[in-house]
Amino acid sequence: MSLDSELENIDDESKRISQLVRPARKRGANVLAVFRENKLAMVGVFILIAIVLFCFLGPLVYHTNQISTNLINANDPPGVGHPLGTDNVGYDELGRLMVGGQSSLEIGITAALLAGFFGVFWGAIAGFFGGIIESIMMRIVDALLAIPILFVLLLLAAIIKINQFNLTLVIAVFSWLVPARLIHGETKRIRTLEYVEAVKGMGGGAARSIFVHVIPNAIGTIVVNITFQVADAILALAALGYLGFGIPPPAANWGAMLSQGVTYLYAGEWWLIYPAGVMIILTVMAFNLIGDALRDAFDVRLQVR
Amino acid sequence: MTHYLLRRIGQSVIVVILVSIATFLLVHLLPGGAAHAELGVHVSAGAIRQFNIANGYNLPLVEQYFVYVGHLLHGNLGYSYKLNEPVRTLLWMDLPKSAYLTGIALFFTIMLAVPLGIYQAVRRNHPGDYAFTSFAFIGYSMPTFWLGLLLIAFFSVYLKWLPPAAPQTPTVGGAITDPKAMILPVMTLAIGGVAYFSRYMRSSAIESLAQDYIRTARAVGETKGGVLFRHMLRNAILPIVTILGLSVPALLAGNLIAESVFNYPGIGLLFWTSASTRDYPTLMALTLVVAVLTVLGNLMADIAYSFIDHRIQFS
Repeated sequence: MSLDSELENIDDESKRISQLVRPARKRGANVLAVFRENKLAMVGVFILIAIVLFCFLGPLVYHTNQISTNLINANDPPGVGHPLGTDNVGYDELGRLMVGGQSSLEIGITAALLAGFFGVFWGAIAGFFGGIIESIMMRIVDALLAIPILFVLLLLAAIIKINQFNLTLVIAVFSWLVPARLIHGETKRIRTLEYVEAVKGMGGGAARSIFVHVIPNAIGTIVVNITFQVADAILALAALGYLGFGIPPPAANWGAMLSQGVTYLYAGEWWLIYPAGVMIILTVMAFNLIGDALRDAFDVRLQVR
Repeated sequence: MTHYLLRRIGQSVIVVILVSIATFLLVHLLPGGAAHAELGVHVSAGAIRQFNIANGYNLPLVEQYFVYVGHLLHGNLGYSYKLNEPVRTLLWMDLPKSAYLTGIALFFTIMLAVPLGIYQAVRRNHPGDYAFTSFAFIGYSMPTFWLGLLLIAFFSVYLKWLPPAAPQTPTVGGAITDPKAMILPVMTLAIGGVAYFSRYMRSSAIESLAQDYIRTARAVGETKGGVLFRHMLRNAILPIVTILGLSVPALLAGNLIAESVFNYPGIGLLFWTSASTRDYPTLMALTLVVAVLTVLGNLMADIAYSFIDHRIQFS
C-alpha cells in the first residue's frame, strides 16, 4: 500500500470519527436552544430590550432639558408636556428616567464585565498553580470579601471624587471577588481532569492550560455570574445614589431620584417615588431572570442529550 | 476536627489582620492627608504640621500602623473629631440598637421562611409554590430602601397606622419600649429576608424529601407530620445554618439601608453619617468592626455545621 492511499484511509477514518463525535459548535447551539425554550428568560430578554430602547433611543424622540433647572415648573403633577410630572427642581421625570437609566446600565454592565474578567484570571491563576501562590491570592480575596460591599463603597465614596469612570472602577474593584472564588473552585476541579494532566505531560505551559482548557470549561459559570453581577451592581448603584453618594447633579440616577422624592411623600407626589423604583426592579429582575435561565441552560445535567 | 478548627481560626485571624492593613492604607492614602480631612481645606501649613505631629502622622507608615494596632489591642478604636467622642463610646451606644433591630428582624425572617420553604417543597409546582416563588423573585430584585419607602407610603401616609420613623432614642431601652415605631423597619428587613431564605429552604427541603430515609420513614408508618418534622426538617435546616452565618454581610448592609430610611440611630446610620461628614477615624473603626463580625459569622457557620451534622468529617 502506498503512503498516499494510507493517508487517504486515515483521512476517511478521521472524517468518520468526526461525524460520530458532536462538533464543537454543538454545545453553544445547545445552550442557546435550551435558553430559548425558557419562557421566563424570554420575558427577561424582552424587558431588557425594552429598557435599553427606552433609555438610549427614548431621548432621541422625547426631547427634554436635563441640564438646567426650571424652578417655575417644579413639582408639577403629570399632565400635558410632562407625562410623568417634574421633580423638585423642574426636571421632566420621564426624561430623567431615561438619562438615569443610561448611567445605571453603562456602569452596571461595564463594572460587571471588568470584574468578571479580572476575577476569572485571578481565580484561574490561583487555582491552577496551587501552593503558596494560591494561599496568598485567596486570603486576599477572603480579606476583601470580609468587608460588606455597601460599606466599602461608602468608605471609598467618602474618599474619592465621584464621577462615572471612578464609580464604575470602584464597583468593579469590589465585585471581582465572588467570580474569583467561583473560578478558583472550578479550576481546581478541572486541573485534575485527565486531559489537562495530559497537556502538562505533553509539555504544554500553564498559560495554554488556563486559556485553552480551564477557562473555556468554566465559561458557563463565568457567564452566569457576570449576569448576576450586573443585577447586583445596579442595585448597589441605586443604594449609593439613594444614600447621596451617586454621581452629582445634573447627572441623573434612579437612586438619587428616589431620595429626592422621599421629601414629597407626604404631599402625595407619587410620580417622584413609583416610576424610578419600578425601573430599578424591572432592570434587576430582567438580569436575574436571564441569569437563572443561563444557569439552567449551561447545566449539562439538566440537558436532554 | 480540632486541627481543622484551629486552622480555620488561624485563617480568620489572618483575614482580620489583612482587613486592618487595608482600611489603614485606604485612610492614609487620602488625598491631602488626614489633616485636611479633619481641619478643612483652608488651614495653614503650620497648623497641618502641628496636627500631624500631635497625631503621630509624621512617623513612617509602618510605624504608624503598629501604633494603630497597639491602640486597637488596648481597646482604643480611635477618636471622632467630628462627634468629639471616642469611637468606642459611639460603638457601645449604637451597637446594641442595631443588634436589637437585626435580631428581631432575623427572628421573624426564620419563623416565616422555614415553614414557607417547606410548604413550597411539599406543594412543589402547584399554584401556591409559583405564587411564593414569584414573590421571592420580586423581593430579591427590590432595593431595600424602596421597599421601606413603599411601606411608609402605605402604612404611614395612606393608612396613618404607623409612624414613618424608627424610635429616636439614645438607648436600646427606648427602642424596646416603643414597639410600634419598630414595626416598619423590622418589616422592611424581614420581607427581604424571607424572600432570600425561603428560596434556600425550598431547595433544601426538596433535596431532603428525595432521600432514602424519608421513604423508609414513610414505609414504617410514620405520620405525614412526623416525616416532615422529625426526619425532613432536621436535615433540611442544615444548609440554612450555614447560609445564616454567610449572610452576615447582607444583614449588615440591609441594616445600614433600613437605619438610614427610618433614621434609626444604630451603627448603620453612624457609618452613613460618618461617610457624609468624612469622619475617617469612625469610618475606619466601623469598617474593622463590620469585617470582624463578617469573619465571625463565617467561622460560626463552619463550626455550627460540624457540630450539628456528625456525618461531616474534616481533613
